[in-house]
Amino acid sequence: MSAPDLLVVRGLVAGYGAAPVLRAVDLTIPAGTIAAVVGANGAGKTTLLRALSGMIRPSAGQVVLAGEDLRGTPVEQLVRRGMAHVPEGRGVISELTVDENLRLGGLWRRDRADADRALDEVYELFEPLARRRRHLGHQLSGGERQMLALGRALVGRPRLLLLDEPSLGLAPRVVARTMALLRQLRDRTGLTVLLVEQNVRSALAVADQGVVMSLGRVVVAAPAARLRDDVDLRHAYLGF
Amino acid sequence: MDRFVFLTVDGLSRGAVYAAFALALVLIWRAARVVNFAQGAMAVAAAYVAYSVSAATGSYWLGFGVAIVAGLLLGAVVDRVVMRHVDHASPLNPVIVALGLVLLIQAVLGMVYGNEFRPAETPFSRSALTVGGVAVLSPYDLFVFATIGVVVSGLAWMFARTPVGLRMRAAAFAPEVSRLLGVNVGGMLTLGWALASGVGALAAMLVIPTELGLHPHAMDLVFVSAFTAAVVGGLDSPPGAVVGGLVVGLLLSYVSGYAGSDLTPLAVLVLLLAVLLVRPGGLFAPVAARRV
Repeated sequence: MSAPDLLVVRGLVAGYGAAPVLRAVDLTIPAGTIAAVVGANGAGKTTLLRALSGMIRPSAGQVVLAGEDLRGTPVEQLVRRGMAHVPEGRGVISELTVDENLRLGGLWRRDRADADRALDEVYELFEPLARRRRHLGHQLSGGERQMLALGRALVGRPRLLLLDEPSLGLAPRVVARTMALLRQLRDRTGLTVLLVEQNVRSALAVADQGVVMSLGRVVVAAPAARLRDDVDLRHAYLGF
Repeated sequence: MDRFVFLTVDGLSRGAVYAAFALALVLIWRAARVVNFAQGAMAVAAAYVAYSVSAATGSYWLGFGVAIVAGLLLGAVVDRVVMRHVDHASPLNPVIVALGLVLLIQAVLGMVYGNEFRPAETPFSRSALTVGGVAVLSPYDLFVFATIGVVVSGLAWMFARTPVGLRMRAAAFAPEVSRLLGVNVGGMLTLGWALASGVGALAAMLVIPTELGLHPHAMDLVFVSAFTAAVVGGLDSPPGAVVGGLVVGLLLSYVSGYAGSDLTPLAVLVLLLAVLLVRPGGLFAPVAARRV
């Protein structure tokens, strides 16, 4: 009864300059699940996300999203294929208002009525944003910026959400709320999430699948519960 | 008193042109982080196209329209063919390339049209109307104010209120994030160049008839004043460019009226120095620094 695979990555090689950071990454994410990519600094987690969304060009390998090969697709087209990427540092545009940031997430859509609906839904989901519509991005707290970044991605109604370190710099309470929200979105809308985290415990707590990266390779991909419970695996790769 | 009114109106009329030209510089600076030193030469090229069209058809307005279109196209071409391929690693690179473009455009214009001044016509009279015995402003001044007012408020509306304006601002502030959100950043950049160059062409069409006439170097001094205006206002601020333009126009008018026209280039430099010493970011520099 396994769900069809939304994202299939085969032999992905990518990096900056001559030395590849990713050396042949293989990864499969079933639709409607949350996958957490964990691993030490420099393992290639952020590079993996950047290669998936085309911000760096892979030198080899294949990325297939919902049966479509993404090779050669320009970054700005990926959002039309259903991929949303919340980058490292969240990418809130400080000079634009909350409302402008959010609307930007849906500008590419032809279905204007549904884009407006999605915007209203995001304001319902993140009440504090609705109260700060006219505030500029740089006037927001860390938690509000997080909401804004997530909300802006959701306005595009993505099928696959790539999240780079959503817990970075946030209070534990806010992290817990974010993780709970991801699970809620998965259950309610069938959203698929690929999340990169340093915060291994909270990432594995929310994820269905745990993916451990080391030195540019996926070394373990297993159900998150097994990674949490298997002491040997944790000691070997995660250091706790 | 009469003289003061005359100098003020003259300064504002001048200043409106500087404001438009400074705004064009700011548009490109915000989008591409390039000070477009070639803007004067590009605008003159568009004005020469208008001259040819008007000479062939006998219609000022046809030439006027064609000049704006030529300006828009020239801006897009300069971005796509030249500036896009310049390595921005050093801020000096695009400056040198722009200066090279100035030499190229002025040389080509000189070869095609010759290096003498050609009289440029105005669609309305330039003799001042008198109100209560005081010569105030000419129909042409009114035309200049109205045109620039419409263009500046149109641009402001476009940037603040329309989807394409939002895309352009986003692409300028955060190109990488904008691409992730589906914005065609390269296209927005080209559009920015086209709009700026179109505004530059408009400014050239308005100011050239009030000076010595059409010449490959006709916009050189206007460029210096407009550049000063843009820096005074803060290169990142469109309202700053407009206010800066009006301030520079007034200053030049008063100095040349009361102290002699020899002193005007000096006055521009003094203003530039004073602003750079007191507020290096310009008068309208944003208060809140960008937090990354």
